[in-house]
Amino acid sequence: METVLKVENLSASYRKNTVLQHVNVNIDSGSLTAIVGPNGAGKSTFLKTILNLHPSLTGSVSYFGQPLSKVKKQVGYVPQRGSVDWDFPTDALDVVTMGLYGQIGFLRRPKRSHREKALAALEKVGMSDYANRQISQLSGGQQQRVFLARALVQDAELYFMDEPLAGVDAATERAIMSILKELKQLGRTVLVVHHDLQTVQDYFDHVLLLNKTVIKHGRTEKVFTNENIISTYGGNIQLLKEGQGHVVHTLH
Amino acid sequence: MWSILSTSNTQWVLFSATILGIAAGIVGCLSYWKKQSLMSDALAHAALPGVVITFLIIGEKNLFFLIIGAAISALLGAFFIQWVQSSTRITEDTAMGMTLSVFFGLGIMLLTVVNRTAGGNQSGLDSFIFGQAAAMVRSDVNTMLALAFFVILIVIAGFKEWKLYLFDPSFAKGLGLSLSLMNVLYTTVLVTTIVIGIQAVGVILIAALLIIPSVSARYWTQKLKTMFLLSACFGGISGAIGTAISAIGRGWPTGPFIVVVAALFFIISLVFGKEKGILLKHLQFRKQQKAHSQEIGHHPVFQKEGK
Amino acid sequence: MTYTAWIIITASLVGLSCGLIGVFLVLRKMAMMSDAISHTVLLGIVVAYLMTRELSGPHMLIGAILAGLLTAFLVQWLHNLDLELHASMGIVFTTLFAIGVILISTSIGNAHLDIQHALMGEITFVPFHTMELPIVGAVPVTTVMLAVVLLIVVITIIVFYKEWKITSFDPALAASLGIPIVFMHYLFMSLVSITTVAAFDAVGAIMVVAMLITPAASAYLWTDKLSIMLLLSSSFGVISAIIGYYIAAWIDTSISGSMAFATGIIFIISFLLSPTHGFLSRSLGKQRNQFS
Repeated sequence: METVLKVENLSASYRKNTVLQHVNVNIDSGSLTAIVGPNGAGKSTFLKTILNLHPSLTGSVSYFGQPLSKVKKQVGYVPQRGSVDWDFPTDALDVVTMGLYGQIGFLRRPKRSHREKALAALEKVGMSDYANRQISQLSGGQQQRVFLARALVQDAELYFMDEPLAGVDAATERAIMSILKELKQLGRTVLVVHHDLQTVQDYFDHVLLLNKTVIKHGRTEKVFTNENIISTYGGNIQLLKEGQGHVVHTLH
Repeated sequence: MWSILSTSNTQWVLFSATILGIAAGIVGCLSYWKKQSLMSDALAHAALPGVVITFLIIGEKNLFFLIIGAAISALLGAFFIQWVQSSTRITEDTAMGMTLSVFFGLGIMLLTVVNRTAGGNQSGLDSFIFGQAAAMVRSDVNTMLALAFFVILIVIAGFKEWKLYLFDPSFAKGLGLSLSLMNVLYTTVLVTTIVIGIQAVGVILIAALLIIPSVSARYWTQKLKTMFLLSACFGGISGAIGTAISAIGRGWPTGPFIVVVAALFFIISLVFGKEKGILLKHLQFRKQQKAHSQEIGHHPVFQKEGK
Repeated sequence: MTYTAWIIITASLVGLSCGLIGVFLVLRKMAMMSDAISHTVLLGIVVAYLMTRELSGPHMLIGAILAGLLTAFLVQWLHNLDLELHASMGIVFTTLFAIGVILISTSIGNAHLDIQHALMGEITFVPFHTMELPIVGAVPVTTVMLAVVLLIVVITIIVFYKEWKITSFDPALAASLGIPIVFMHYLFMSLVSITTVAAFDAVGAIMVVAMLITPAASAYLWTDKLSIMLLLSSSFGVISAIIGYYIAAWIDTSISGSMAFATGIIFIISFLLSPTHGFLSRSLGKQRNQFS
């Protein structure tokens, strides 16, 4: 299988603390990977650093064998929902159209075809009725779907999503997951920072256990074991064997 | 220069500028930890209409009454900022900018009216904009000193309460500390420091005397008490030196000189400070980077893939 | 054209450019940055004057842009060193401004530069200082400069409309899409600087902050669409300029102060009455919720 993302010996610090050390990861194309780790493990920093949004201390990152600047259009990023001001005077359709700004290019205006593309993406996430709704009037789940639609219009090969399932309702969670699976079927690669250990096995085929460095990375059934989870989270975790699957419950 | 400095009025002015600097340095630490650095700037500008209205009412330049007017006006500004940001989607930043400029605009409107009326030019209210410490008379100095000591006393007397209030307000509440009382006290000392400072430093630059010393002190210590002490020293020394320099030239404004002296302390602290000073930080970063690259030995760090 | 007409046209131009720029200041949460820049621009003008001994438009504009960029750069630099944003602004602008005032009061003395004038503006003198233009004839210099600046502002906003929108709303996404956010930031800071310096003569350094922020904040309470917010904000700017002029004429006082005050009146009206975000509609809404 082809490697779409190669991270070598990446380190990054946040203020005085080193939050990432010697991260080495290869991501295969067509995989749907959960990035899992405790709070402060550097999950968001990891995404930001490989996207050049946060400076790295050492290391190199290559996409499809090339530096990021050459393949920016093939890489989509969904930041955490809380990272923007939802009071910004704009509507859902407009936010989705923003995903196309890279393709539209500098100095050009969005055309009708772009609007249609954006509408189609909203339709896909089940939000077409809300296209002209001011974004502050959307619920948390709806805002997250708008963000996802914005990523979809980018039509990227590789997606990074920072906690898309945090604080959303069940319907949104289902909608988002069915889209992620569809992306995977189309051969796209998706990396998702994920906080809910209970759903990892159902949702993702690969897991990247991260705590400042890569603890384990590979296919979910091989890597997502009690032993590995404990070594990622330290002692702060309680594991219960129930039937075939693990029911995992964080203490905090 | 000595002949100017040795007159008794100048000595008093110098002394009061020092005490003002100390008070501002201490109160500045409070607003630093409240993360309200520019609030002092907004409130200082908001004080201007109060000064002018009071002058219009009492008809003479009595610092004590002008300070009361300034305080009322600044408190109105503070209330307005709070009200707008809590009841609309407008952020604190915008609310502060509006209050600052609109109140100042109103102040200038009124000041122009005062200056136009007979004898208005002698009102000396213009000196409130840039500060003219030398224009202070003995009774002004007394008023200022009394209020500055009052502010310093409140902060020192309640030092451990302030610490709790700044560090963890909700915990402080749990311990039975009244947050609303602390908020009232905080606003009182902040507004008092600002309004006694505007005569000497001016409405435009008084904020600097609250912001710069406290930030400079932060570069030398991790202890709150030491920070307060250092900030008070920086503020006091800047006040004294700045006032002394401005006394040399005829009609030189006091505020700007005080600010520039304080800024020098800041630059020294920023570069050489033992906590987070850039020199030290740079050395640390280099060490970190070196440690990382050594650990992986001869591993080629930058390798381009060619597929 | 009459004296009054020139003053109103000049003031309206200030209202227009400030209203447009202000929208992005408010949305980018950089309102206080305009306060900082409006002060440091003074240093730029003084230094430009000391170097060229001329107080002409282009010199002042360049000095102002450099001072504005220096301010933006220093604030960002200190902020990156872990200093809180407002604290770094407070340090940078007061220091640069103090240096500017010291330079004026010690070395330039009684030259044409007057701090009082720079801070308060003196729009009443604007119509006396004219230049000849083809077709239109004699036009006040300040008015010409403001018209040029407005043109630059309008063009820059239209050309980069979608970039302004995305870098203001979601800088992280903008960066990941390859939009040069740093360039956009400093371009914006340059716009703020030239708007400020062009408005200097008319309304002065501090009242320009009122013209920049308050109309935009008022517009923000009436609409949820960026394009409408831009229109509203610039109209509020013009209306405040005109109301301000007549208030000043009525009680015979500072025109720039009255204009700043007029922006405040428009804000209070918006704050109380706006149907969606106003204070009255909100508190009534709350009561309704309590009863139902």
